Parts: sequence; structure tokens; C-alpha cells
Amino acid sequence: MTDTVAPADTAALEVDDLHLSYVVRGIPRAVLRGVSFSIAPGEAYGLVGESGCGKSTTAYAAVRYLPGNASIDGGRILVDGEDVIEMPYRRLQEIRSSHASMVYQDPVQAMNPALKIGRQIAECYRILGHAKAEAGDLALESLRRVHIADASSVMDRYPHQLSGGMLQRVVIAMALVGDPRLLILDEPTTGLDATVEAEVLDLVRELRTTTNAAILLIAHNLGVIRTMCDRVGVMYAGKVVEEGDAQRVFDSPEHPYTVGLLNAIPRQGLRKTDRPLFTIPGTLPQIGAELPTCVYVDRCPIADDLCRTEVPPVVSLGEQQWARCHHVEQTEQIDVPTSGIDARELDDEPVVELTGLSKTFRQRGTDIPALVGVDLGIAEGETVGLVGESGSGKSTLAKTLLGIHEPDEGGEITLDGREVRANATDRVTDSIRAMQMVFQNPDSALNRMWSVRRILRRSVTKLTDLRGEAADRRVEEIAVAMRLSPRHLDMRPRQLSGGLKQRVAIARAFAGDPRLVVCDEPTSALDVSVQAAILNLLANLQAEDRTSYLFISHDIGVVRYLADRIAVMYVGRLVELAPTDELFSGPVHPYTEALMSAVPSVDGSVRDRIPLTGEIPSPADPPPGCVFHTRCHRFIPGTCDVIEPPTIQITPRHSMACHLPVEELGRAPS
Amino acid sequence: MLRFIGRRAALSLVTLVILILVIFLLTRVFPSEPARQLAGPFAPQERVDELNETLGLNDPLPVQFGNLLADVLTLSFGESFSQPGVEVLDLVRPALWNSAKLVMFALVLTVPLSILGGVVAARRKDTLVDRAIVNFGLASASIPEFVSAVIFQYVIGVRLGWLPATTLIPDDASIFTELRYLLLPALSIVLVYFGYIARITRAGTITALESDYTRTAYMKGLNTSSVVRRHVLKNSLQPTVAVTGTQIGYLFGGLVGLELVFNYPGLGNLILRAATAPDFPLLQAAVITVAIIFMLSTLAADLLIAWMNPRARLNVGAG
Amino acid sequence: MTAIDDPGSEATGEERAAETPIPDEVAELDAAVATAAAERKQIRAERRRLLLRTPGFVLGVVIAGFWVICAIVPGLLAPYGANEAVRVDGSVIARQGPSADAWFGTDTIGNDVFSRVIFGARSVLITAPTAAALATIAGTMLGLVMGYYRGWADEILGRIIEALLSIPVILLGIMTLVVFGNSRIVIILTVATLFTPVVTRTVRSAVQAEAQLDYVTSAKLRGESGPFIMLREILPNVTGVIVVEFTVRVGYAIFTIATLAFLGLAADDFTTPDWGNDISNTYNLIQSNNQWWPSIFPALAIASLVIAVNLIADSLDKVRSS
Repeated sequence: MTDTVAPADTAALEVDDLHLSYVVRGIPRAVLRGVSFSIAPGEAYGLVGESGCGKSTTAYAAVRYLPGNASIDGGRILVDGEDVIEMPYRRLQEIRSSHASMVYQDPVQAMNPALKIGRQIAECYRILGHAKAEAGDLALESLRRVHIADASSVMDRYPHQLSGGMLQRVVIAMALVGDPRLLILDEPTTGLDATVEAEVLDLVRELRTTTNAAILLIAHNLGVIRTMCDRVGVMYAGKVVEEGDAQRVFDSPEHPYTVGLLNAIPRQGLRKTDRPLFTIPGTLPQIGAELPTCVYVDRCPIADDLCRTEVPPVVSLGEQQWARCHHVEQTEQIDVPTSGIDARELDDEPVVELTGLSKTFRQRGTDIPALVGVDLGIAEGETVGLVGESGSGKSTLAKTLLGIHEPDEGGEITLDGREVRANATDRVTDSIRAMQMVFQNPDSALNRMWSVRRILRRSVTKLTDLRGEAADRRVEEIAVAMRLSPRHLDMRPRQLSGGLKQRVAIARAFAGDPRLVVCDEPTSALDVSVQAAILNLLANLQAEDRTSYLFISHDIGVVRYLADRIAVMYVGRLVELAPTDELFSGPVHPYTEALMSAVPSVDGSVRDRIPLTGEIPSPADPPPGCVFHTRCHRFIPGTCDVIEPPTIQITPRHSMACHLPVEELGRAPS
Repeated sequence: MLRFIGRRAALSLVTLVILILVIFLLTRVFPSEPARQLAGPFAPQERVDELNETLGLNDPLPVQFGNLLADVLTLSFGESFSQPGVEVLDLVRPALWNSAKLVMFALVLTVPLSILGGVVAARRKDTLVDRAIVNFGLASASIPEFVSAVIFQYVIGVRLGWLPATTLIPDDASIFTELRYLLLPALSIVLVYFGYIARITRAGTITALESDYTRTAYMKGLNTSSVVRRHVLKNSLQPTVAVTGTQIGYLFGGLVGLELVFNYPGLGNLILRAATAPDFPLLQAAVITVAIIFMLSTLAADLLIAWMNPRARLNVGAG
Repeated sequence: MTAIDDPGSEATGEERAAETPIPDEVAELDAAVATAAAERKQIRAERRRLLLRTPGFVLGVVIAGFWVICAIVPGLLAPYGANEAVRVDGSVIARQGPSADAWFGTDTIGNDVFSRVIFGARSVLITAPTAAALATIAGTMLGLVMGYYRGWADEILGRIIEALLSIPVILLGIMTLVVFGNSRIVIILTVATLFTPVVTRTVRSAVQAEAQLDYVTSAKLRGESGPFIMLREILPNVTGVIVVEFTVRVGYAIFTIATLAFLGLAADDFTTPDWGNDISNTYNLIQSNNQWWPSIFPALAIASLVIAVNLIADSLDKVRSS
């Protein structure tokens, strides 16, 4: 292998005025409009931005892996000083095998399902010229390096036999094989649980110190970028609009877009009673849109005529930061909304109450208790946030409550004090009208063959007594209430953006006068600025109608913003239930403590992460005693692994299932 | 893997029993009188009654069905109606062997050719080569095999005289001669199945080429041919194997028209004769044989897939 | 521009532009979008254009259209009647090869093969689409119920369908025709019955996929009945699949009916022109008398019609999934 050693000070990656477009139906549509940045050896650089901004395209362009309709219209990409665009394909292969490697968003899809893990890693060493036996040994060694437990048995397993977190470790191990100078991580933890995410990020951090590889990290999660990167570039519409030291950019953003993005995120313990989230007006420009001057001009609150006529200069803000803006000095004046919704006392009498609710699925003859004895009451106008790792039973709880799954014998669901039937189809009209749902994925939740008007009208006629013109009027009313324009009513869902679709789904849930709306990750498929608008909408609707929410989310910041109380689930059990303030100030369940500590913070607060070791136990085979004892850092041998923990009251409204005395409980990082 | 084989085999058995039930119902319950047909239209009613008794046709239906299952298990299908004194099994066995020869020969020609065609089309997706392969496949698969048989027979067999137009193979023929006789019917089969299998292969290969693990393979620094060889094929050929498995069953019994054109004594020809005679024991035995072949070939295909893709072992019996 | 060697990439996802609707800006957004009805019409027009730009579709429609015209008004194209002997100078010419008098030659009793081929289109174009339509209707209903309700009935029916699908259609066809007789009605019903399991399987799996989507859950949550969900919510989303399946089945029905006729199992009075019957009655002459024309021409007719139908089905499928 011919390898020229680049001088030590050569950038690991240098992207210089890169222009790239995709040819769609013969017309080139610009995706990257002059992207420039460079990453020094050993440096970690983050690219953030909403979907469509071109960050992933930039990452793949760096290794020249682009779809057939991509065309590079100008600029240079240098890996270790070598031009990736111009180099012959053979050299590119060498670059990929030993200079620049990649970690992908979805590790399950990234591994070949038909080949054993060991063989897939060993292949990387074979490419570098190692003999077969040697490659096998090295592969095993590389698995140990990424701290995979029982590495030698993992070698012989197939990808589907490993969890997502383990597979991501394997992918990282493969990426490190050639001792690359540049490691590109494309949304490496998206789709992983916060606890697993934290472990993967820890691993990357550790490997940085041992390998000295430069890192290009693509992520939409600003917290991940902040905790991982030295420098950050904020991308918008195919351009880096602001760049600088990660802390400085996040603490004192200068470009209006960065300011908007950061204010749209619920952070620093922000609550709905404090203020609404900041939303960025307008919509992201279409791919290929004409943006002759400032790319952000159409949505910028401080844009003026200058911004519309002249390309903004790169304004340097000290050595560590620059922004592409005419008016950096004005960004501090961007109005952030101040008054939140009014805080109200909640009734003690619950609207909906679950007692001893369990749900056991049967799969190939084995019982899988997905939900075990859940007690929960939700008051009028209250939001109960539901958190927990995937597989903890959050969605099962929601669907059992709504009558989509039939609960086991013995559990009870009451609505305004009256018991409701287990099955949605058996329920009386009033209970059906009382409980509705907003789903995670609006594409799946809206019938794509129906117009928005038909979707809403059907719900109005089923969920209210309105008929004829009155129903038509109601459709238009709720459309206005959701800030949909009348014109949207005649569209099909696929003609709407993700945010608009979710508004239609919310409108449908509110077509009648629901007492309770279950929101199952309603914003997790949306971009930050769209999420902000949806969360504001939900908060306002609740303030007006006193509707109760059961709000499921994996995003602790979002739950904290919206929820009055937070319920924490683990392996089908409710382990803790507390008012939001108390959960972040008082003593908490060890699981809650660990879960909260795993969340990467946008605010830069340093927290001691409590590692959750091992995998989540299977609900089919839960550990004896406390289900959490196998991973608990405050485990009491002889007690926790034998006796099921009692429910203890910390305060009248704060309860948890734990053996520990209150004074030994930890606190969640706030 | 053993558990997978067990479950999968049990599933085949269930399907087979249902199938035997269908065949049983078709031949026994629906309006037809096997005994009358066997005795002949002018035989006295006593003779018919007697036959009904000896054939067990007066027993309750479930008993009759049980008897049939027992017959299948012991491979004792009784005597032929149309050729009294001849065991049905002795008529089925040579036909099965003949079908097997033709089918295997045709598959040896078809499968490699269609896989090659499919992979080439997938790699050259949306080019002229791709379109040519796909459209040729679509057209050739549309032609009923008896139609292409008639055309081949005339053009290649009669007009050009390159190959024998019949399959009346001399008794002392060498394997080579025998294959020469089988080549024309085999070509008709190739024509039908090339398009079918190539299409499936192409679709599977395109999916695999566009998958994330293929991207991973490229990012390791492999070149395209290594990527295809080491990463794509093992995944992309799974649908091909599945389809080939089901088609083997069809080929054993479904080539009635083709066998008729070439006067080839295979299972299809036997079933046609048995049906038109009618010779119910023979018909039953022959159709059940086809069903068993189908079960075995799909079972083999599924095992092969399970070997290729460990994930497939998880969802047996999914439909 | 640069050479790009690797196929496929995640990056196309970038084309999905997200919008951020905000109250004040809604008007702006609307201005950018044409009215919804117009846009929907545009999508339909786009699909039509796409179809008409597909050479396979155009070719298929032209060929199939030709045979449909033959079936409706055979006299328009056929120089002779279906059972009219060709006479040259007053005497019947039988067993003649293709010539200026009889383009496709004449059969053993002097009928014009060309005219018989033209007249023969009617028979298959009545039976095959009818059988396919019946199978599609039955299969759609079964598939909807099985795919939506699942449960043990689905399990059992599914097994029976798998079992039926494991026997070549032609064998089951032979057995049924032998048992029930061979009138045209029986042939239509037989082929319809034999194709129902396949259609059911296709529709069922499409319905199953739809039933997993949240819009179905949402319908249940507002108290919709099963029939409403199946017919109003799910059915419109699987019509594309059903249309393609129907077209494919028409092709196979032609295939199957012709084969059954060829095997001598269809009612045959020798006077009704029918491609399968005509081949069946004359293919022996190829070897014995070297008379290829009475069988080869109807054979080509069958092939052209099935190819045409499959070209249409294939194009429909491509446009549907694009």
C-alpha cells in the first residue's frame, strides 16, 4: 500500500467552498452552496442543522460516497491534504480503508445480516493486507478495545443477535481498524436510548484520547454536539452560517439562525409556565431554491434591505467564532417571548384513573408481561409525562389505556369515576369521545388517500353530535385553532410538511372535546423549530380546554417543559411518579437518577454520569425482587434481589418503588 | 437451526394434509361416481354396488379420508382403474423419474442464466442492458409453455432439424443423446422461467445494493465486485432461492401442455391421462406426488435460505 | 462535475424539505402552493403522462386494443367468416400454406386461418377477464377480512390458501373440469376459483401492512366499525395493488384457459373459433403433415395478447410504486 505521510499540521479534513447539487428530472438542485470548514488533526468538529441543511451530504461527500444524481459543481475536499474528488478510485479505496472511516446512524442496518460479526470486522483487516488468522485475532482485539463484554462469543454471533448499542460499538470498532486520521460520525446515537447514547458517546470520547483521530460529528441533537465537540459549524440551507468554539457558539450565539435554534429547545429547566418556546417563522427553503444573498433572509427577524441585496460578509467575533451576517450586533435584540401559560392548581380528583393495570402478551407460547400493575391517575388539565427506555412499556400503557390492547383481568380503568370497558370497540360513545391520541409518525397516522377536510370531518361527526353545516363549521374552526389555513383542508397529507401533518393529527384528536389526549412521542420525528411550534400549540390547547395529557417522550427536556408530573417506567413497571419540580429537586429513584444523568446537556453543565451497566432485562424473564437491581448502582444485596420493593411516599404526590431509605437516595442533575 | 427445521417440516406436513383433503374432496365428494365409471356405463347396478363396497366408497367420509392418509403413508395407492391389475405406484414411478430428469436439466440451464441476467440487470439498473433483460424476461415469461413448445418444435425440430422434435428416446441412448432429446422441451421451460427468476433476482439485488450494509462495505474500501460477491449476493439471492423452490413443484406437475406437445411421459402427461380416463386412484396418487415434491422443494429452499440468512430462522410460519 | 462510482446513498433523504408553519406566515406558504385540487389533478396527470411515456405500456395497449377490436367487430378485419371455406375459382382450397388468398393459410376443411384468429379473440377476451374479475372481487373481500381481522380464521384460511397454491393451477383445473364438465361457465368459475387464493394472498398482505398503520388505530379510537375501516379507510390505499393484481391475473387467465383448451378440456364444437382449441386440433399436423400454419398463428396470437397484458400490468405497477 502506497502511503504518503502528510505533514503533522495538515488538516485531517478540509472542505473548501464546496458546491453540490442533485439532478432531479434533469434540473440540478443546489444542496451545498459553498461549504467551507476544516478540522485539525485530533480535533472534534460538529455540524448541526435541521433536516435538509446538507450536513449529511457534506459528510458523505468527504468520502465521495454520493448517489448517482449528485454532481459536485465546485470546491475541494481534502482528506489529509489529498483531494478526494480528483483522486483515482483505487486511492479513494485506500483512503476509505485507512484514512477516513465512518459510523452510521442505524447500526442495525449498517451490518450485513448474513455474516458473523467476527468476519465483518476481520474483513477490514484483510483489506489492509493481514493474513486470515491474524485478521481474526485483530478483530477480537478490536472488539475488546470498544469494551464489548464477552468479545469472543460476539465474534461468532450475527447482527440480529445483538442490541443496537452493542452493534454501534461493533461499527465503531470497524471504523477504527485502519487507524484513521478522520472519523466521521453521522448521527451515531439517533434512535438509541439516552442511556445507550451516553455509553456510546463515552466510548467515542475515550477513543479520541487513545487514537488521536479527528472527528466530524453530524447530529441534530445540540446536546450531543456540545458535550463532544471542540468546534461547531451551524449549517442552514447548504451553507455554514456560524462557526466557532462549541461552548462559545452555544453560550453566546451570534447568527440569528443559531439564536433561533437554541431558543427553540426546551432547556435550562424551562417550563411551559415560564415562556413559550421560540419558533422560527417561515419554512425551510426547498432544495434548489434561489438564495442569492443571505440564505436565512426570508425567516430572519432582523433582516432588512441590506440583507436582501448583498451577500453577508463573514464577521469575525474574536478568534474563536464567526458568523455570516450583516447584523451580528443586533442578534441580542431578537425578541424571545416572555409570558408562559398560567400555572393552575390541579384537582385531586383524577379524570382518568388506572388501577392495577397489567397487560401480558402471548408470543409463541411464552407470556410476556409488558405492563405490570400500573396505578396512575391523571387530573383535569394535567400533563403526565411518561419516560423510560425503549421497551419499558410506555406505548403499551398508552394503548392499553385507550383500549387498543385488552388489559389482563383485574385491572381497572375509570373515566370521571366510572369504569370503562377494556376494548375500544366495546366502549360507549362518551368514553370513546373522551380519550383520543396523537401519534409519533403523522405519515402513518393520517390516511393518505383522504383529504384533510375529510379526515377532520369524519372525526367531528364521530366525536361530536354536530352534523351537516354545523360539522363543516366545526372543521373550519378547529383548522383555524391549529393554525391550518382553509386551503390546507383540501390537500392530501403527502402535500403537507411534517409539522403541518402533525397539526392535522392534533386537530383530529381535538375534534370533539377530549378529556384526555395521549401524545406518543408527537415531536420526535420533527425538527427542533417545528417541535417548538407543536409544543406551544399543545400547551395552549390545554390551557384553553383543560384537557389532560399523557405525554410520552424520550426527550427529558421536552417532558420537563410540558409535564406537571413525570412517571418513570422500567420493564413494564411504574418505578417513580413525581411532580416535575420535585423530580428535579428532591430525592429520586436510582433508575431515574441514572436515566437523567445520561442526557447530554446543551447548557454545558458538567454532570457525573451514572452508568447503567448491562442490557435491559427481557420482560419475559424479569429479575426477581426489584426488576432494576441488576443494573442498580445502589443495589442492596440480599434485599433488592429477593423482595419486591414497596411503594414509598417521599411527599404526598411523589412516590416510588424502592427499598432504599429516603436519605440514601440520589438526586437528578438539574 | 434444528428447531427451525423441525418447525418448518411440521408446517409442511400440515399443508400437505390440507392438500390431500382438497384432492380427496375433489375426487370423492363432488358429483361423480368412480365405481360407475370403473364398471362401465352398461354394467349392472349390483356390480357398481359391489365395487363401491370393495373400494371403501360406502364408508363415512372421515373414514375414507383416514384411509387415504394411511395409503399415502404406506405408499399403497391400489390398482389403476384404467389399467386393471397394474399398481398405481408402478405407473407413477417412471413418470416421476422422467419429470425429474426434464426438470433438473431445465433448472441447470435456467437458474445460472437467470441469476446472471438478474444481477447484471440490477448492476446496470435503468440502462439499455437492464431494460433489454427485463423486457425480454417479461415477454418470454408471458408465452405459455405449450405455445413456445409448438413453435420450437416446428422451427428448430422440424424446419431446421437441429434437434429431435419428439422425446421418443431410444432405449440404449447415452446420457448425451438423452439430453439432446430433452433439449427442446427444456428450452421452452428456460424461456418461461428465465424472465421470472431473473426479475426476482434483479429486485433482490437492487434492494441489497441500496442497503446500508452495502454502503458499509464500500466504506471499508472494497471495490464493487468484492462488495457484490461478499456482501450483496448472500442477501440478494434469498428471494431467488425461495422462488426457485416453489417453481420446482410447479415444474413437476404443471408442464402438462409441454409434455403433450413432445409426447413426453412425465407426471403432467400421466395426470392428464388419469383425469380424462378417468382413473381416480392414479389421479390421486399422481397429484399427491406433485404435492409432496412441492413440499420437499420449498422445504429445501427455506432451509437454504435459513442457512444463508440466520435472521430467517426466527420467523417460520409467518405466512 | 466528477465521476461518481458508488450507487445509492442516504443523502437523497436530504431532498425531503421540512417546513415550519407559523400562523403569520401561513398566507405566504399558501401563495407558494397551487390550490390543492389543481395539484391533485396535476399528480394524476403526471401519472398519466408517466404511463404514456412508458413504451411498454403504449405497446401493450396497442396490441391489446387491437385484439379487443377484433373481439368486438371481427368482420371489420377478417376477410372471411370464422367457418367460411376459402374458395379460389369456386373450389375450396384446404391445407394451403400462407398465400395472397389466405394470408395465414387454410386449415384441413378450408377455413381461413387468419379469419379464425381474428374471430378467436372474442372467446378468450370474454372468459379470461371475467374469470380474473371474479377472482379479484372474491380475493379482495377475503383478503380484506383476513388481513384486517387476523385471528384463527385467518390462520386456517391462510393454511388452506398455502396448500392450494402448492399445486399447479393447471392440475387443479384439469381435475375440476373433469369433475364438473367443461362448459364455458364452468371454465370461468374454475379459473376464478383457482385464482382467488393468489389474489387473496396479495390483498391480504397489503391489507395487513395497512392495518398496522396508525390511521387504522385512530379510526378504532373514534369508534369506527370494522366494515367502515376495511372499505373506506384501507381499501382506497390498496386499490393500486388490486388493479395491478387484476391485470396480472387477466394475463394468467388467458394463459390458463388457452392451456386447458389446448389439452382438449374445454368445450369444443369445432365451429366456435378459439385459439386454444384451434391449436389443440391442429398441432399434430406440424409433424405429420408439416402444416404449421393452423397452429402457429393462433399460438402467436395468444403469446402477443399475454405479453400485451403483462406489459400493461408491469407499467401500472411501476407507476404505482413510483
